[in-house]
Order: sequence, then structure tokens, then C-alpha cells
Amino acid sequence: MISALLPGLLIQGAQMLVVLLLSPLLTGFVRKVKARLLRRQGPPLLQHYRDLLRLLRKEAVVAENASWLFRATPYMIFAATWVAAALVPTFATGLLFSWSADLIAIIALLGSARFFLALAGMDVGTSFGGIGSSREVMIASLAEPAMIMIVFILALIAGSTQLSTVAAFMQTPAVGLRVSLGMALFALLMVAIAENARIPVDNPATHLELTMVHEAMVLEYSGRHLAVLELAASLKLLLYLSLIACVFVPWGLAPAGAGWATHILGGAAYVGKLFFGGFMLAVFETSIAKMRVFRVPDFLGAGLMLGLLGTLLLFVSRSL
Amino acid sequence: MEGLVFDIAHLLAGSLVLVSFMMLYQDRLYSLLNVFAFHAVVLSLSVAWQAYIQDAPHLYVTAVIALIFKAIIIPLSLHRIIARLGIHREIETVVGVGPTMLAGMGLVALSLVVMLRATAEADPLAREDLAFALSVLLLGLLMMVTRRNAVSQVVGFMSLENGLILAAAGAKGMPLVVEISVAFSVLIAFIVIGIFLFRIRERFDTVDVQTLDRFRGEKR
Repeated sequence: MISALLPGLLIQGAQMLVVLLLSPLLTGFVRKVKARLLRRQGPPLLQHYRDLLRLLRKEAVVAENASWLFRATPYMIFAATWVAAALVPTFATGLLFSWSADLIAIIALLGSARFFLALAGMDVGTSFGGIGSSREVMIASLAEPAMIMIVFILALIAGSTQLSTVAAFMQTPAVGLRVSLGMALFALLMVAIAENARIPVDNPATHLELTMVHEAMVLEYSGRHLAVLELAASLKLLLYLSLIACVFVPWGLAPAGAGWATHILGGAAYVGKLFFGGFMLAVFETSIAKMRVFRVPDFLGAGLMLGLLGTLLLFVSRSL
Repeated sequence: MEGLVFDIAHLLAGSLVLVSFMMLYQDRLYSLLNVFAFHAVVLSLSVAWQAYIQDAPHLYVTAVIALIFKAIIIPLSLHRIIARLGIHREIETVVGVGPTMLAGMGLVALSLVVMLRATAEADPLAREDLAFALSVLLLGLLMMVTRRNAVSQVVGFMSLENGLILAAAGAKGMPLVVEISVAFSVLIAFIVIGIFLFRIRERFDTVDVQTLDRFRGEKR
């Protein structure tokens, strides 16, 4: 019994470590590519690790009127995001936890993380935190239904919301050529950009009060709290890239019960996909201007519409 | 192979519905015309694919007619009309983009439900074609209803007609004569509408059709 579970447990443990260790590198890579595209030198690739370590050593300053929620929230967000990132198959599909939680559970974990972040933004009672929370919730109110629609499309096509099953199905020729999957990909890209506070929706590198959404909510945090929140943001970016890679480019994923060589190959393929995704993100971000906050509902509404249309079009396809 | 044939037909017809939605989303006249030209290109691809599946050479003629008239001549001349009228500003929509999109979704769902019930015994290929054609047609009607500007109403009318061509291509055994006469009647309708646009502008100094309501003494 134990020996049957052991490989799954090992892969799961390796996956949890991999996502945690790779995520600051991915953030650093995106920053570096963006800087190079703007003809700047940019910070070294490992800078984000150093930032996090230094923040961990610093003293955490907490506002006088902050409640217990303010102190507990960073850890809650980090835990929820880490668990969610551990559930997405990155280099192997035989994850142990994957059978206990599916795509909907991942969305629920991210949703609860956002809920606590919005609460924490309003906890201290500064106006910036409040405006950040209200904007974040406005974005989420459109991004989450769009995400649910994408899950519906995937579940209708693959017959399961289990990510391992979806990834395995996408590798078979039974998928065919489907317009709904293309729509799901575009909708997922839009949702990923909005959820990770990337450029057309929000600028992660700014502290200008008119434009910030995510940064406004974490403005009051410092020290280890901020380090944990930053790490959670990096993990979220990695999670969305892994999700896109796992569903739409599942080639190279090691199936359950495969040998060590396949797993190492899967790991190499995963790192390659991740860096390609990060590079494309940086190119996209430098080539587009940030949109006004009141244009964001139009942008995300298009994503929601794509998801809804993709679901509707599936009902006249050959499988249903 | 059978699956792939169906998938490509589904892909092209589904893209046509998607481009119809993109037209509803545009709020500038020039970009609306570009999307409309793209709509016609997707339509002619879809018709050409139907010609290949059904082994019906005359459908290739339909595809070429759609490509030449709807993707090149009509958008170009509408472009010139807009430039001469000097109305390349924003379109005023009667309702916002969000409610229009939701209404469009409702129409697509409605046409799918109706068509899947009505054509339960038909060939699956013709079935999906008819369902998408009805959606494109209803979205064209929605476009005509939600826009105030007469030029974008013309575009809505033309996209509605694209839906008719898609339906005609999906139904087997449509004679070529009918298609040619439809194409020419649309062209003549376009000329008449073009003349009307200038007449409306001369009379009311605008192509906003709300002015017509006010002129008749109707209240909004």
C-alpha cells in the first residue's frame, strides 16, 4: 500500500519544491526580458530571490489599528496559492493530490486568496487599500465567471475537470480541431493577464495611485509579510503559465508510472515552456499600453464572451 | 478523416459567429468595415470548404462572388462613403457593449436550441451549418437594431445576408442561378442604400437615424 503510493508522493513533493523554487526565477526572467526590450540592463536573474531574502530579514511594521486578519492574511494567501500551484501538473501527471482536487478546486483556492487579500486591503482603513480592493473585486467579478466558462469548455471536451485527465486527453488525436479550444485559450490568456495584474490591466511595477490595483492592496505590508505576498504573486504567475502549458501544450508531460528519464525530460520540457511563456508575456507587455481602469470590464467582458461562445458552440459539435 | 472534415466545417462556421460578435464589439466605423471584410473572407472560406465536401463546383463560384463583392468591393465603397460623409468618428450605440453582447449570446443560444430541435433527423454537417447560419443572421439583425448610424446598419444588413449564404451553402442542391441573383440583388440594394445615405444627409445634415424619428414627431 505504502510502496504503491510512494512514487506519487515523491513526485508531488518534488513538484511542490519545483514551483516554489522556480517562481521567483520566472518573475526575474520576465523583468529581465522587459528591461532588455526597453534597452536597459535590467536586474540580474536572481535579484528577486535576494529581494525576498532581504525582506524576510527586515522588521515587519504593522499599523496600529490592524486586526489579527491583517497579520494572518499573507500566510493564508501564500498557503492557498502554493497548494493551488502544486495541483497543476507541471512536469508529470501522476500527482498524488491531483486526484483529490480538480480545476474547480484550484479556482476556489485562488478565489479565497483574493477574498482575503481584498479584506486585508480594507483592514487598516487607508483610502488606497480600499480603492485597490474595490478595483480588484471589480476585475474578479468578470474574470472568475470567464474562468468557470473555460473550465466548462475543457470539461465538456475532455469529459473531466481533473487536470491530469485533461492533459492526457489533449495528447490523443481524439481532440481534433476545435474552435472552442481556441476560444478557451484566448479567454484563458485574458484571464491570466488580468489575474496576475499584468500590463494592459494593471502595472506590477508602479506605485502611481491612479493605476495601481494589486500594489494598492499590499501597500501597508512590510518585512516578512510583504515577502510572503510577493512570493505568492510569483507563484500565481507560475501557476497560470503552467495551467496554459498543461492544457494547451501538454507534450513532454511524463505520464503516471513513467521512469526517471521521462520525468527528467518532462522537467526540461516544462522549464522550456515556462521560459517561452515568460518571454511572450514580456514581449506582449512591452508592445501594449495600459488601458484605463474603466476599459477593463470591456477587455474581460470579451474574455467572458469568448468562454460563453465556446461553450455554446460545443453543443453542435460531433462529440455532444 | 470524417471527423476532420466536420471539424474544419465547424471551425469555419464557428469563426463566422465569432467575427459577428467582433462586429458588435467595434465602436469605430473604419474598424467595423475591416471586421466586415474579414467576415466575408471567413464566409468564402467556409463556402469553399462546403464545395469541397459536397463535391459541388458551383459553390466555388459562390465563394469567389462572396470574396470579390463582400470582402473587397462593398467595404471599399463604404470606406469611400464614410470618408465623403466625414463621419469616421465613434459610433453611437443605443445600448452599451455589455448588454448587446449578452443579447447576442441569448440569440445564439436561441438559434442553437431551435435548430437542434427542428433538424433532429438531418445530417450533422448540415445541422451545425444551419444552426450557425441562423445565429449569424440574428446577430446581423441585432446589429441593425442596436446601431443608430445608417452606415453601420448597412453593415448589419450585409452581415445578415452572409448568414443566408452560409445556410444556402450548407443545404445541398442549391442552384447557382439563385445564388448569383441573390448576390446581384444585394449589390443593387447596396447601391440604393448608398444613394439613400446621401439623400438622408442632404435632408437632415446627419446619418443618425434618430433624427428621422424626431422629424416624424416621435418621442424617445
